[in-house]
Amino acid sequence: MTRSVVSPTSAFAASRRALLLGGGAALLARPALAQGWQPARPVEFIVAAGPGGGTDQFARIVQSIVQKHNLMRTPIIVTNKGGGAGTEAFVYGRGAAGDPHKVVFGTNNVWLMPLVTRVGYSLSDLRPVASMAADEFLLWTYTDAPYRTAKDLVEAARAQNGAFRMGGSQAKDTDHILTKQIERATGVTFTYVPFRSGGEVAIQLAGKHVDANTNNPAENVAQWRAGRVRPLCVFNPQRLTLTEKVHDGVGWSDIPTSTEAGIGPADFRMPRTVWLPARTTDAQAAFWTELLAKVRQTPEWRAWLVAGSQGDLWQTGAELAAFIQQDEAMNRANFREYGWLAE
Amino acid sequence: MEGLDALLHGFEVALTLHHLGLMVVGVLIGILVGVLPGLGAPNGVALLMPLTFFMTPVSAIILLSSMYWGALLGGSTTSILFNIPGEPSSVATTFDGHPMAKQGRAAEALSLAFLSSGFGALVGVVTITIVADEIADFALRFSPAEYFAVYLLAFCAFIGMGGANPLKTAVSLLVGLSLATIGMDTVSGEMRLTFGQNELVRGISFLVAVIGLFGIGELLATTDETETVKGIHARVRLSAVLRTMAQMPRYIVALLRSAAIGVWMGLTPGGPTAASFMSYGVARRFSRRGDAFGRGEPEGVVSPETADHAAGVSALLPMLALGVPGSATAAVMLGGLMIWGLQPGPMLFQDRPDFVWGLIASMYIANIVAVVLVLSTVPLFASVMRVPFGLLAPIIMAICLTGAWMVSGSGFDVLLAVGFGVVGYLMKKLDYPIAPLVLAMVLGDKAEDAFRQSMLISQGSLTVFWSNWLVATITTLALLLLAWPILGWLLRGGVQLNRRPAE
Repeated sequence: MTRSVVSPTSAFAASRRALLLGGGAALLARPALAQGWQPARPVEFIVAAGPGGGTDQFARIVQSIVQKHNLMRTPIIVTNKGGGAGTEAFVYGRGAAGDPHKVVFGTNNVWLMPLVTRVGYSLSDLRPVASMAADEFLLWTYTDAPYRTAKDLVEAARAQNGAFRMGGSQAKDTDHILTKQIERATGVTFTYVPFRSGGEVAIQLAGKHVDANTNNPAENVAQWRAGRVRPLCVFNPQRLTLTEKVHDGVGWSDIPTSTEAGIGPADFRMPRTVWLPARTTDAQAAFWTELLAKVRQTPEWRAWLVAGSQGDLWQTGAELAAFIQQDEAMNRANFREYGWLAE
Repeated sequence: MEGLDALLHGFEVALTLHHLGLMVVGVLIGILVGVLPGLGAPNGVALLMPLTFFMTPVSAIILLSSMYWGALLGGSTTSILFNIPGEPSSVATTFDGHPMAKQGRAAEALSLAFLSSGFGALVGVVTITIVADEIADFALRFSPAEYFAVYLLAFCAFIGMGGANPLKTAVSLLVGLSLATIGMDTVSGEMRLTFGQNELVRGISFLVAVIGLFGIGELLATTDETETVKGIHARVRLSAVLRTMAQMPRYIVALLRSAAIGVWMGLTPGGPTAASFMSYGVARRFSRRGDAFGRGEPEGVVSPETADHAAGVSALLPMLALGVPGSATAAVMLGGLMIWGLQPGPMLFQDRPDFVWGLIASMYIANIVAVVLVLSTVPLFASVMRVPFGLLAPIIMAICLTGAWMVSGSGFDVLLAVGFGVVGYLMKKLDYPIAPLVLAMVLGDKAEDAFRQSMLISQGSLTVFWSNWLVATITTLALLLLAWPILGWLLRGGVQLNRRPAE
């Protein structure tokens, strides 16, 4: 789908670029491509979500870093197009074919949404630029719930025969997919209750109106710190690395992995992705890849990853395209089994 | 009193020359943004966001929240002058505010709106100062069943008020509910009523509908009524503002009742729009001058405005304590909080008391600043009404169409607004009430989601709406309000009624 973006460049170009950028950001080791394309007019960052959520922050944190470190000469405008679970933004991207001044920020919903509902774009209408972070998923319950471990929770749910309430954000989206995968791995059925956002789901769990949720760390951490919810396991083969204690002497690195906890799936994460419209050139894609590579070297980006306990996932070019293809095929097969496929 | 100490400390934070300057700038930008329909507070706050990356969090939130207060006030201005609500929550202000303006009482209507807004905001901020520590626990009691009950209460309080033909009210309501359905459905994840059109995927923007139904619809209707086309010759002086100020005590009952409704809807997840509608409906029902509502009754301006601002102000606190935004503007500010390195949630009050109490203190000051500033614009804005209609109409039309464009930069929305304009005109001519349609568009999909979530949680049992004292009280109150006109008719005995006015 897209070509590798790292290519050799002249020493002159690199030094000119360093002059332009100034500051620490220019000291990055990546070879620059300064003789290539540069934005000529204001750039639009299109957020495939409403204001306030994780994807919105993703785009706005990139905007703030680019402006603060002066990484680009033209201004950036951030617009939210969250209609239709983000598909509005991708349809907009389709309409902007060939325009390198439109950058779309999303998640894996870019390739998952066309599977479950009729949307006005296809995956080939957008060109993947980079995957910059991976949001972790955890299994949570409210603090005084009787289950101490993920295994306890699953057994309790089994006994309740389908009445166990699992909250999540949106239907047929990541939380729902993960719930389905847990069901398949354990043979239990949950009642999945979809809400509008992860923030709402966090409150519903803290208020004990649902029994569990699969929120991202950033969505639940405030309630965990307040002692209202607690994590049972993380859906990652490795434990989280952050050693900071959050509540009552327990911290991120103390949370068992789903494999340790004895429930599936072993690995479930959501990539945060950046896209250009189709029919943009390799040089244009290379400009954005390089810019984002600089963004992720800044302390502000590191701080944002840590604040949300997000994994550092950097994929570009052919590697990213291959990942998307493989993930799409796997989910297509699963969705067919759940009866979700829109065909 | 711990809260008082904290508040005094907050005033120390907020009362610096730098912050006062930010408040004035924020309020002025906010008024401008609020006056332009479609631009609206959420977009305005998002536009200012990049500026705040270079500020301390307290300064940033003071700038953005001041802008929000300014935008709320500015939104009332266009509601009254042109019948175009600049903000969803100022729709109810048009019902009596615009008739007043057409009668040449624009200055009075504007001053009334701003003064009652100020009163509502003050009650709201005093309330959150008192309940700041308990608010998170209270808000956590709200499951989908409670959410649904609150929306039902807003519906019933407004719809059950009688007056219009119940059948026509039902038609208007159902059209509104259908419009609210368009787009992605949260509970099933399916697209509904989009007919394969990409433009319909994001749903029909409430603001576009309102600009059409009210702004353009009113324009068409006025063109029809030849006698009003000549413009209004009322002199506008600052003394009109002062005279109105002296009249305020007359509306004390309406002010207190509306502030109570507003604070309640702000602390619960109802929000300012529902609050203003509910307050208007309740005022119309229980006011001694209820019959004059809709024809330029000052109480019909005071009631929604007070409730709107009381709710807008008190909704900010649950947002900080829970991290769940109550409105689009709040959502943008919440996103800002995280970029500034703050974590909204219950611990924010312990971790960053300077921020929380600085904000609360700034709300006292900024709201006073905002009311003073906006009152000084009254003579200017009110004299706009003296411009002959022939000149004014094209300008209003231009404002409406640009407003519709600005909502999401889509040409389709402009056509939609024109379409809604025609619908609004026809509804007016055929005597269909527009308000139920608008209310259904605002609350319809939220109420539907909450209902279906409740049914999932309760395994399909309706008893969930009476499962604890909180939800049982709200649901019962809602049903009583809905039945009020029916009870009235039954008591009077004469009228036969086979159909409820709502649903």
